[in-house]
Amino acid sequence: MRRSVFLMSCLSFGYAFLYLPIALLVVWSFNGSRMVNVWGGFSTKWYGELTRNEAFLNAAWLSLKIAATSASASLVLGTLAAVVLVRFGKFRGRLLFNGLIAAPLVMPEIILGLAMLLLFVALEQLTGWPDGRGFSTIAITHTTVGMAYATVVIRSRLAQMDESLEEAALDLGARPLKVFLVITLPVISPALAAAWLLAFTLSLDDIVATQFVSGPGATTLPIEVYSSVRLGVSPQINALGTIIVAVVAVIILAAWRLSLSKKPN
Amino acid sequence: MRVERWRQSWGRRAVLGVPFVWLLVFFLVPLLIVAKISISEIRVGVPPYEPLLEFADGAFVGLRATVTNFVLLFEDSLYVGAYFQSLTIAALSTLMCLLIGYPMALAIARAAPNRRPPLLLLIILPFWTSFLIRVYAWMGILKEEGLLNGLLMWLGVISEPLVILNTTAAVYVGIVYSYLPFMVLPLYATLEKLDPSLLEAAADLGARPIRAFWSVTLPLSLPGIVSGSLLVFVPAVGEYVIPDLLGGGDTQMLGKALWDMFALNRDWPSAAALAVAMLAALAVPIALFQHWQSKLDNPEGQE
Repeated sequence: MRRSVFLMSCLSFGYAFLYLPIALLVVWSFNGSRMVNVWGGFSTKWYGELTRNEAFLNAAWLSLKIAATSASASLVLGTLAAVVLVRFGKFRGRLLFNGLIAAPLVMPEIILGLAMLLLFVALEQLTGWPDGRGFSTIAITHTTVGMAYATVVIRSRLAQMDESLEEAALDLGARPLKVFLVITLPVISPALAAAWLLAFTLSLDDIVATQFVSGPGATTLPIEVYSSVRLGVSPQINALGTIIVAVVAVIILAAWRLSLSKKPN
Repeated sequence: MRVERWRQSWGRRAVLGVPFVWLLVFFLVPLLIVAKISISEIRVGVPPYEPLLEFADGAFVGLRATVTNFVLLFEDSLYVGAYFQSLTIAALSTLMCLLIGYPMALAIARAAPNRRPPLLLLIILPFWTSFLIRVYAWMGILKEEGLLNGLLMWLGVISEPLVILNTTAAVYVGIVYSYLPFMVLPLYATLEKLDPSLLEAAADLGARPIRAFWSVTLPLSLPGIVSGSLLVFVPAVGEYVIPDLLGGGDTQMLGKALWDMFALNRDWPSAAALAVAMLAALAVPIALFQHWQSKLDNPEGQE
């Protein structure tokens, strides 16, 4: 097909738009000066300050714990939901189930956050749990969002899978649970890894819903960054952003290379 | 048969029950509570709303529902303005995403097959990095002593720095920037499936490329346009972080109004009413999205 100069320039402009701000952030993080328009020489001092910032380090550790917990819960729930959607056919309440699993994908986060907070307040009044807000309320909120995304990823892989493999194993007398563990899970494992990573990233990045359901003692990294960013541009945040971009780029590129090398040419 | 038997088994019920119960308790019930509190009366106390159902000596005596919260919202020009500004900003941002994203998706779909995966990866990559950090980067670019003003003054285009940060213009930049990948991906998905022989046929019949685009490519990519637009429009209406960080006093959006009402005024019933009003505005697009989604799930209409 004919290469269109117009399309190619649009594409280049689009990539420039997407990547220029990120590239600038990386450059600024090594700038010795606080000003974005003044080059104060190459410096790593902001990274040094960042590693001594107790509040950031504590928040990062809490964020990682919450993200790992909610991603794992999302993976389990999302796998079950995907099996239901792909393999169960008709059942009573299917329409409701379909709606409930897709709605968190499009629900504005601010509404989800408010709704979850009101639930936790009502629960606390009724049962005494949760006692205040923190780790568990944040992890539960993130799991509701994470499982919806995990379901999308796992469902598409499950739908492509050859069902006759599972049927053959069932006909040969394997129990359904065994079929699932020995046949289905290995086949869909790349999708499981992708779903976990997606839920992990979403949790690690969430601000709006978290702001509602976090308590005074539980500040996640995005909340900590947010309150510092509202005051203006800060070199430490530039350094933190650069670290995040570098980690994400390495993981995604590694995953991509891995998926390429696995393909039978 | 074994297959049939397991379909009725307890195992099947557990597989269905666990995610179902989770979604009911941690998604549907919370939304119902929002609806309930939106028609409750405000009070000073913890929690700051009156119970909806009144009980005396264990017996139900009455319902205390009110529409005051909604009436107050509609009477307050601040919230009516925020409502319409949110919808306007979201709609225009969606249009801009479409104008920028469509040629990008088309260019990727028409690239050589082995070059498509890396090009797509470049679209997805920013989505995996921190949303907050990416919005924050624009603060350094757009602020008064920021990079853009520095560049324009150095070029001699302007002599005074422009005020861009803390205006609605900056909010547009932030939303288009953050949601562009959500537009490009569904567009690419439909454009990639487009049969190139259709375009060849159009060319053979004498259609110019522009004509072929308008009468073949564009109509066939309509599903991608719809789902991409919804993926941008719906979250943009409720956007909170971008107007808070990049917008200023002239930008009133629902998300921010809701948070202020909830956290600063501690007026939970009004915040809940605002959430219900926001959902009402989004009900049609969300239902459309669900409809499209279930069509994609069951393309043969087997359900």
